[in-house]
Amino acid sequence: MFFKFIMRRLLYVIPMLIITTLIVFSFILLIPGDPALALLGENATPEKIAQIHAQLGLDQPVIKQYLNWLGNAVQGDLGRSIFTGQPVEEAVFSRLGVTFQLVIVAMIFAIAGGLFFAITSIYFPNSWMDYVARFFGTLGTAIPNFWLGMILIIFFSLQLGWVPATGFTSITESPGAFLQGTILPAIALGATGMAQITRHLRSSLIEVMSADYVRTGFSKGINRWQAIMKHGLQNAMLPVVTTIGILFGNLLGATVVIETVFAIPGMGQLAVNSILQRDFTMLQGVVLVLIALIILINFITDIVYALLDPRIEY
Amino acid sequence: MSLRGIFKRLMGERLAFISLIFLILLGITAIVAPYVAPHDPLEQNLSKVLLNPSAEHWLGTDELGRDIFSRLIMGLTAAFQAGLFAILIPLCIGVPMGILSGYLGGIIDDIFMRIVDGIIAIPAILLALGITGALGISLWNAMIAIGIIFTPQMARLARGQTLQIRTEPYVEASKISGAGAIWIMVKHIIPNIAPPIIVQASFYLSYAILVETSLSFLGMGAQSPQISWGNMIQQAYSMINMNPWMIIYPGLAIMLTVLAGNFLGDGLRVALDPKYKKA
Repeated sequence: MFFKFIMRRLLYVIPMLIITTLIVFSFILLIPGDPALALLGENATPEKIAQIHAQLGLDQPVIKQYLNWLGNAVQGDLGRSIFTGQPVEEAVFSRLGVTFQLVIVAMIFAIAGGLFFAITSIYFPNSWMDYVARFFGTLGTAIPNFWLGMILIIFFSLQLGWVPATGFTSITESPGAFLQGTILPAIALGATGMAQITRHLRSSLIEVMSADYVRTGFSKGINRWQAIMKHGLQNAMLPVVTTIGILFGNLLGATVVIETVFAIPGMGQLAVNSILQRDFTMLQGVVLVLIALIILINFITDIVYALLDPRIEY
Repeated sequence: MSLRGIFKRLMGERLAFISLIFLILLGITAIVAPYVAPHDPLEQNLSKVLLNPSAEHWLGTDELGRDIFSRLIMGLTAAFQAGLFAILIPLCIGVPMGILSGYLGGIIDDIFMRIVDGIIAIPAILLALGITGALGISLWNAMIAIGIIFTPQMARLARGQTLQIRTEPYVEASKISGAGAIWIMVKHIIPNIAPPIIVQASFYLSYAILVETSLSFLGMGAQSPQISWGNMIQQAYSMINMNPWMIIYPGLAIMLTVLAGNFLGDGLRVALDPKYKKA
């Protein structure tokens, strides 16, 4: 039964991947005029234009171009960078690890912070902690993440000198340096997600706490803490699981900005550079890999959700 | 509900009402910015660089001696233009797509909704980057990209609402009495799905400002000498050791405007939906 459910979800994922890859691919069709001219800019010579045309297969019909690209992509060949000639998959996978580590730390921060604020806010209603939680929940969705990153740099790096302002060390090299280098970007990246989780969880906890079975629980002598932990969270966590899937996608997107602020050599920086250099094959590759990752994570959260929620029939 | 009733309910939401007035004032300022800015925002004066706030330069001057307050006011224009695009493009493209999809169903629905699913899977900022990258880097193209990224969400919302309204007895009655599809969509569907769509659109002002400033910060939106709060922060970032306040002001401007947009959206939700409960 469960296997069947997974297969059904997979059947939904595959057309999704085809549509998104088609969208990613059609970026190149959006370039007004001849893409080769746009890519080469002022250095265009007839030979170079012909070379780009052959390289991108622009002399073929669009649908064939797409199928070729897709066929190669499935085999792990994303083409070569127009700018440096480096294979795209090589550049992408050397940076994927960096972005992945950053996003994971940001997610832990967002989820842990969201849980903390939501629970304290419900446990101490109308106390100063409740107001702090609501304040962060409101502010977090309005604060521009790149600006928050700079404010953190101003305070913790320039004023206090606790952590370096920029740069990145992989966790495999040195866990200490990794944490020092990741903590500020992770906070800047995760703040919006933390605020969203706080708001969602808080409002669903409020609903659960006024439910009949929780009132019955109180009359049977459970305390507030037990009510939140046992009844509240168990029921309120379900929507949060869905939020986590969405959050992962948002965070991957937001790394574009955060990696630029903190000079972290990840996927986001690669995306920005490839746009500035008009390196289209690279941009397609980066976006494709990120989207494939997001769809995969959403697929996994769907399955986790089904496992957690007994009401869902496979 | 009458317009007057809605306005009354919105006035009851104090925070939302204050936000509305604040945003209207900012919007007017955005239009008349070149005339109300106390100094020419582009005028460089190398004898007056990095000044502290004073009676003449309310927020001081930047590294080229330009008046920061005047530049902040000029930045309103880009922010509100982005908001306008982010509301108009989804309303003009997303809503009709959603209504057609929901009302007609069948193959049109399948095609539209698969496209929508596909686009929604791409994170907004990444999609905006891809579109600006393809169209060419400029503030105008960034605005178009911002409009496009919110369109599929709007289509999905309009479709869902249409599906609900489509089976209402008054629509059925209208159908039986011989009304055409277009008549029903214009006369019954649009007025009835309008409230949630207006609420959603009001939040796009906030999202759009966040995306526009992010793009401009990355150098994918406003290009100097165009002024956006995003590229003001980008320029100020290189001066972070000299004067951190240059970073702080435009960021506060973004935050206040976005907060006001969010409060307005929350208030509109309460004002337009009598059944909606506040958390």
